[in-house]
Amino acid sequence: MLGANSPFKINIMEAAIAVTELRKTYTPKARKGAEVKALDGITFEVPAGEFFGLLGPNGAGKTTTIGILTTRVRPTDGIARIQGINVADQPVAVKRHIGVVPQMNNLDRSLTAREILTFHAEYFGVPRHEREEHTDQLLKRFELIDRADEKVNGFSGGMVQRLKIARALMHNPAILFLDEPTTGLDPQSRRAMWDLLSELNAKGQTIFLTTHYMEEADQLCRRIAIIDHGKLLALDSPGQLKRSVPGGYLIELQVRSDDGAAEAFAGKLPALAGVVEVKSQNDRIRIYADRAEGLLANAMRLASDYNVMVSDAHVAEPSLENLFLHLTGRSLRD
Amino acid sequence: MTTTFLALLHRDMRVARRELPSFLLRVVLNPLLFTFIFGFVMPRMGIIQRGYTDMLLPGILGLSMTLSSMQAVSLPLVIDFGYSREIEDRLLAPISIAGVALEKIIVGVVQAIIAGIVVLPLAWLLMRVHLSLSSGDAIQFVAVALLSSWLFAAFGMVVGTIVAPQQISLLFTLLLAPMIFFGCAYYPWATLHVIPWFQYSVLINPLVYASEGFRLSLTPQMPHMTPWLIYGGLVGFSIFFTWIGLRNFEKRALE
Repeated sequence: MLGANSPFKINIMEAAIAVTELRKTYTPKARKGAEVKALDGITFEVPAGEFFGLLGPNGAGKTTTIGILTTRVRPTDGIARIQGINVADQPVAVKRHIGVVPQMNNLDRSLTAREILTFHAEYFGVPRHEREEHTDQLLKRFELIDRADEKVNGFSGGMVQRLKIARALMHNPAILFLDEPTTGLDPQSRRAMWDLLSELNAKGQTIFLTTHYMEEADQLCRRIAIIDHGKLLALDSPGQLKRSVPGGYLIELQVRSDDGAAEAFAGKLPALAGVVEVKSQNDRIRIYADRAEGLLANAMRLASDYNVMVSDAHVAEPSLENLFLHLTGRSLRD
Repeated sequence: MTTTFLALLHRDMRVARRELPSFLLRVVLNPLLFTFIFGFVMPRMGIIQRGYTDMLLPGILGLSMTLSSMQAVSLPLVIDFGYSREIEDRLLAPISIAGVALEKIIVGVVQAIIAGIVVLPLAWLLMRVHLSLSSGDAIQFVAVALLSSWLFAAFGMVVGTIVAPQQISLLFTLLLAPMIFFGCAYYPWATLHVIPWFQYSVLINPLVYASEGFRLSLTPQMPHMTPWLIYGGLVGFSIFFTWIGLRNFEKRALE
């Protein structure tokens, strides 16, 4: 018998999402077109309750991955499981467990906002009383109640996005999938969207999100998978990922000194533990380092030894941008 | 599965009810004009014999029903797949892709039945055709009506999954117009024996079997195709188009 606290319990419990050696090759529709390898063997797992992000530039394979996980794209090879169910074998069973927020506005334009939510729940067999109550709750919570009985043609980008999320939540899915949820939103709506998603995750909702915004992945996700050209390049927490960039930390010092003391000071800095590179320009010194702990203090001590006065110091954490640059040799924004 | 199917049907009926006025106008106007000119004006002028209306009524009814079901399925699909992707929410409902497709066909059949219920009494009132009312013919009528509606709903699915939004006007010119003119809606198939090559070439047109089927069940006293050929054509084309339609639908729904 396994007790509730048995370590085996965790192994037996299925991950919310499990992907093994997933591949997808698009064969060209026109005879002359070239084959496109959208996914080239990616493997990862997402435990229940996690906020998981798939980060990569456009065309990296993010939408294909989400398409396979949500039954809309058939994989060429490999296995994708949702709640332990093989997606390719039992798509209908999988659909019961997932809520999907696609990139495009695919809201039903023949229906009002309220009807979009109630019909969605009806498709999932939610009893009438329950679906009407849930619709009211979500419309209020997502600030759509004033426009509830209008068709969605005149809705703003932020409203469309919120309604798409409300719709995906109507049948209480185990996993919420969002494909680039803040693309095309103004900064204010993006901020509001982040708050909303964090709040959902805090209440236990498993969330799988794709994005090409580093700040978004950094702010929201507990773990991030970085993909490019259909390959998984790195997978870890945002902090760990950033720490993995060599020389990712930047310490910037503003110095004042007499006759050449600053140059002598800068010349000694590379000898400090963790320092990768030092660049000095007039009275400004930039130290690139693998880690920041203790380095600032050591640098300050060294400065006082050389009679150099430090008038300003600034420590910059490494960014995912730097990591992406380091992994692929190009910027995420290209 | 059944719950989801009924919910999808509920959604489509809600939308159809909202568009009822324009639906009725679309369904009624064409047969009304046709009946007025060919069933009322021209017989009065003596250009057309009075008996022509007996041949015309089943064809007009068949045309209204088949075109209604075909449009009900094909036009939304062209827009959904080609541009708005609105159907995605229903594709993510807990039902197989084929289930979503079959629901679309049922919606086409329902719209055809509504069209039939509106057009039949109207055409009859205007043309005063002697309709056969025996019970055997009534059963035939229901069978022909359902089969024709299904056939053209499935045909609508084939068309709706192939045609791109930019090609809709081309569809009317290249497919619908010849289909209607060569579909024996305005003349009985049997009378085509005067042009044998034409009589046999029109057999590839599914509308011929619908027109002749309505002729068989509504005005059996007039010349019509033999029943086995009618039912063979209706059932055969229904199976063929349903098979192709479902296959195409699945292809468009999944990548």
